[in-house]
Amino acid sequence: MQKAKIAAETTTKPAGSPAGLQGKWGLFARDVKRDKHLYVLLAPYMLLFSLFTVLPVVISIFFSFTHFNMLEFPRWVGWENYSKLLWNDDVFLIGVKNTLIFSVVTGPVSYIACFVFAWLINELNPKVRAIMTLVFFAPSISGNVFFIWQIIFSGDSYGIMNGFLMKIGIIYEPILWLQNPKYMLAIIMLVQLWLSLGTSFLAFIAGLQTVDRTLYEAGAMDGVKNRWQELWYITLPSMRPQLMFGAVIQITSSLAVADVATALAGFPSVQYGAHTIVTHLMDYGTIRFEMGYASAIATVLFMLMLGSNLIVQKLLKRVGE
Amino acid sequence: MKLAIRLKKRVNRSWQVDIMLFLVLGGFGAFMAVPLIYVINNAFKPLDELFVFPPTLFVRNPTFENFGDLFQVMKNSWVPFSRYIFNTVFITAAGTFGHIVLASAAAYPLAKHKFRGHKVLFTIIVLSLMFSPHVTAIPNYIIMSALGWMDSYQAVIVPAFAYPLGLYLMKQFMEQIPDALLEAAKIDGASEYRIFMQIVMPLVKPAWLTLLILMMQMLWGTDGGSFIYSEQLKTMHYAMSQIVSGGIARAGVGAAVAVIMMTVPIVTFVLSQSNVIQTMASSGMKD
Repeated sequence: MQKAKIAAETTTKPAGSPAGLQGKWGLFARDVKRDKHLYVLLAPYMLLFSLFTVLPVVISIFFSFTHFNMLEFPRWVGWENYSKLLWNDDVFLIGVKNTLIFSVVTGPVSYIACFVFAWLINELNPKVRAIMTLVFFAPSISGNVFFIWQIIFSGDSYGIMNGFLMKIGIIYEPILWLQNPKYMLAIIMLVQLWLSLGTSFLAFIAGLQTVDRTLYEAGAMDGVKNRWQELWYITLPSMRPQLMFGAVIQITSSLAVADVATALAGFPSVQYGAHTIVTHLMDYGTIRFEMGYASAIATVLFMLMLGSNLIVQKLLKRVGE
Repeated sequence: MKLAIRLKKRVNRSWQVDIMLFLVLGGFGAFMAVPLIYVINNAFKPLDELFVFPPTLFVRNPTFENFGDLFQVMKNSWVPFSRYIFNTVFITAAGTFGHIVLASAAAYPLAKHKFRGHKVLFTIIVLSLMFSPHVTAIPNYIIMSALGWMDSYQAVIVPAFAYPLGLYLMKQFMEQIPDALLEAAKIDGASEYRIFMQIVMPLVKPAWLTLLILMMQMLWGTDGGSFIYSEQLKTMHYAMSQIVSGGIARAGVGAAVAVIMMTVPIVTFVLSQSNVIQTMASSGMKD
């Protein structure tokens, strides 16, 4: 029935138009018509996704070449925003430096921590495993209660850290942890790590449970000697898909560090000690309303995130080789 | 039985290494848990215990004073605390429900059908996991003003519907549904909508719960961002940061709010843990 209809459609195509092109478009239209129910299911999500994710990226790239302050009509300025950003904005460079320090430390450390803890937890029996999973996952899901660390590193003697260090006699007067650029970065990294055992940690736990047990037996026969070899030759390659997924999540969140930094060290922080690309973006976008310039910052951040993710994806394909 | 096989057949493992590994696990477990234990204890400490030097971890004479104070303090403010609770609950519930429905509807065609454009659409979704919402914050501000949604619930709720991670996980999970099941339904004359509603949706319940946890992680702790500025629309997280910024005098009340904030997501996770892990098993990215 359907076939007859298609045949009828193809034979009644108007003469005169190039047959190849007509055929291609006809085929396309026919496929779309056949799958129209699928497009209906997709439409609501894709519409909102385009409006709130795809369109903003396009707008952001476009505005990054303009001068725009929300009041006047955007004015085309070419590469001016980018040259100003790279050559004349020292604060931005501080932000880039801090962001890179953050992400080079917290990115890999949190990624490895997610895996190592998942791996260790996987050795436990199921009941203990469920409890330990909760203990490690709880901070990341606790609804942004990381202000607790503000109390721990509070600058007076009521702060836990100061109280503890003074009690055991290492220091004699309280340290202003969160106002001193010397400690700021380290503390923010610590809190960031505390929060970082999230989605990828769960993905790794799940991935470890799905590794085919018979592979370990086969490995033992093929001469795998200890658990490190077992890890490298069997476990890691078996869960490569989860490892790649986890990398995306950890890289993206480690480059986006801002909420913890502003909550703990304030905004702007003393001597820009906790200034990052995202806080620089917030400064120009939501305070100074220099939207063109802020869009240039956002575009740089976008390229940085996408670029580092794609590179790491390439590297992870080699695990276990 | 399964465990016995595993222990017998796997390579030698020394107990020294085992002990070392579990010490590591215990130590870091304490690092993760102590701040949360501390804040829970603080919420039940009477005033004199909050200010002892050196500070104590555990409460000695637990009291509900701080929770009483919380509602007392907030009763005199312009907006009662219950309003902040309502806003957070409403935003989380509406955002999560809409997200699960729309993401599942979009995940089904992507997981189970090869139609024109399916590869392009999924590639865009995966690429969008590779940058954070900060990148799109400024254009979103402009789009919200253009829509006239500034200072409204929908400015926070509607974008959450189209959060890419949920669609990604749902699609990966749906791929495991056997094709034969869907074929059989089709032969019986079921439409795509009926297959989706009556066969696919009941089978992906573990993934619903996972999306619930993800949305909770995102929406339960939201402060409304730059979109909400009316006091009566603000969320519990905003109220919490206001109380905490009141300084040391509000330490007990602040801890009480924090306990209210963290209880709901943690309990939800405890109840859905096995389902979430089941979903995450299919989260991997294929080459």
